Amino acid sequence: MVKFLPLSEAVAGNLNDGDTVAFEGFTHLIPTAAAHEAIRQGFEELTLIRMTPDLVYDQMIGMGMARKIVFSYLGNPGVGLLRRARDAIENGFPRPIEVEEHSHAGMANAYEAGAAGLPCAVFRGYRGAGLAAVNPNIKTVTCPFTGEVLAAVPAIRPDVTFIHAQKADRKGNVLVEGIIGIQKEAVLAAKRAVVTVEEVVDSFDELHPNLTVLPSWTISAISVVPGGSHPSYTHGYYIRDNAAYLEWDEIAADREKFQGWMQANVIERTAADFAGRVEHLRIAA
Amino acid sequence: MSDSESGFTPNEMMTIAASRALKNDDVCFVGIGAPSAACNVARLTHAPDITLIYESGTIGTAPQVLPLSIGDGELCDTAVTTVSVPEMFRYWLQGGRISIGFLGAAQLDKFGNINTTVIGGYPHPKTRLPGGGGAPEIATSSKEIYITMAQSKRGMVETIDFFTSFGHGEGGDHRKRLGIETAGPTLLITDLAIWKPDPVTKEFTVVSLHPGVSRAEVQATCGWTVKFTDALEETPAPTALELKTLRDLQARTKAAHAGTGKGKAA
Repeated sequence: MVKFLPLSEAVAGNLNDGDTVAFEGFTHLIPTAAAHEAIRQGFEELTLIRMTPDLVYDQMIGMGMARKIVFSYLGNPGVGLLRRARDAIENGFPRPIEVEEHSHAGMANAYEAGAAGLPCAVFRGYRGAGLAAVNPNIKTVTCPFTGEVLAAVPAIRPDVTFIHAQKADRKGNVLVEGIIGIQKEAVLAAKRAVVTVEEVVDSFDELHPNLTVLPSWTISAISVVPGGSHPSYTHGYYIRDNAAYLEWDEIAADREKFQGWMQANVIERTAADFAGRVEHLRIAA
Repeated sequence: MSDSESGFTPNEMMTIAASRALKNDDVCFVGIGAPSAACNVARLTHAPDITLIYESGTIGTAPQVLPLSIGDGELCDTAVTTVSVPEMFRYWLQGGRISIGFLGAAQLDKFGNINTTVIGGYPHPKTRLPGGGGAPEIATSSKEIYITMAQSKRGMVETIDFFTSFGHGEGGDHRKRLGIETAGPTLLITDLAIWKPDPVTKEFTVVSLHPGVSRAEVQATCGWTVKFTDALEETPAPTALELKTLRDLQARTKAAHAGTGKGKAA
């Protein structure tokens, strides 16, 4: 059964050293607060999976927590490059990191295969693409009916997935709205799932019947963290803090500046600080 | 070049020339950056019914300001519908619903192959770029590919360091030989010229120079030996409406993105 827990307990109870973990959010609903809690608790040797690793994986890689990263777009969205991830890949700082790179289509299909309980995903992809030559997990299968050669990638099955979402009801069902990205598949593909939400409401009885709702029994733990996806956004609650993404480019460019920022803004803070960070970004009711 | 009321910059000419290539009934998969600006200028001028799709799952979006990322809330707020990312890539792109994939490029060769992955070798790159994102499959599943980028010798090279997205490969019928049925790159719009692939060799050839641009300038900012078509044309200069539409869009975008800094009102 799902438990409502303080974020520190939800992270401590579901993430372990050496885990394969996805902190998902396709440029929306990024679980920043959960990632910062994982950084504070100092996990090691993680395999980080995400389609669009942005600031939170730049931070975790910069803190030396990751042994491997699986991704399809390693950028600061709309701004440019991820400088801590670059330092790890180009210079092995603070430690060398293994890279498994896919396309978005490859990862989206792989998550879906994980959610569907299949061993691999089959799709029309990677034709002529250089990734097929450098990633041994990109292979081909031949359609037994038409003879068409298709791409195959292994299913993604994280030990634990973290996502942010709009709200839960008292029973622990979770509503995801707006750009839903890969949130549903990432939860259903994982052995355990932890969700941070903006708020808890009494019930979902009045909702439209076709909305994206994750039933309570698909989730291990829920933590209420208002503002928990900052500087990403939560559709209907607050907008994206574009300035923070621009600022990150400068912070991450320098190893010492990065460490100072992490100390002041992550290590010495708590999940409760996120609400204040989105005050000026809240959407007027 | 001047950007006074009567003049325009090379980048403005590039965006506007790119916007003109889009039709009202196109279903366009939009890359971020220069393609996004061109697609929205088209929508705000001659192609009001164009369907713009961003890889975050937003279908038929009509943003008032240009998104900073492909997943900005503005795209979802103004879309006809928003679908999940697996659905986007499986049903809509792989399903053959996209008429034009519009891409930018860090590195491009003369056959329209694109690199946005690494500069240098893959295992130990000199510069690790963001990578392909949706582009590898956009490049092969969209019916046609348009590419837009500003010219430079670093960007337009004889040999790209990595095949992120397949264009025409080594030219000729290379796509067909790999089982790729779609047309691939059919148009390249730079800040200096409009290029189209040769019907047989598939090498990009300059078909139109932007106003005031010489052949020598195109060659000086391109890393391969440039071919020009015999019937070389001049790109019509931006109209007052096109320029106003682009500049207003960029001004709205700048104001919107600057307004989210700490301590400022949203």
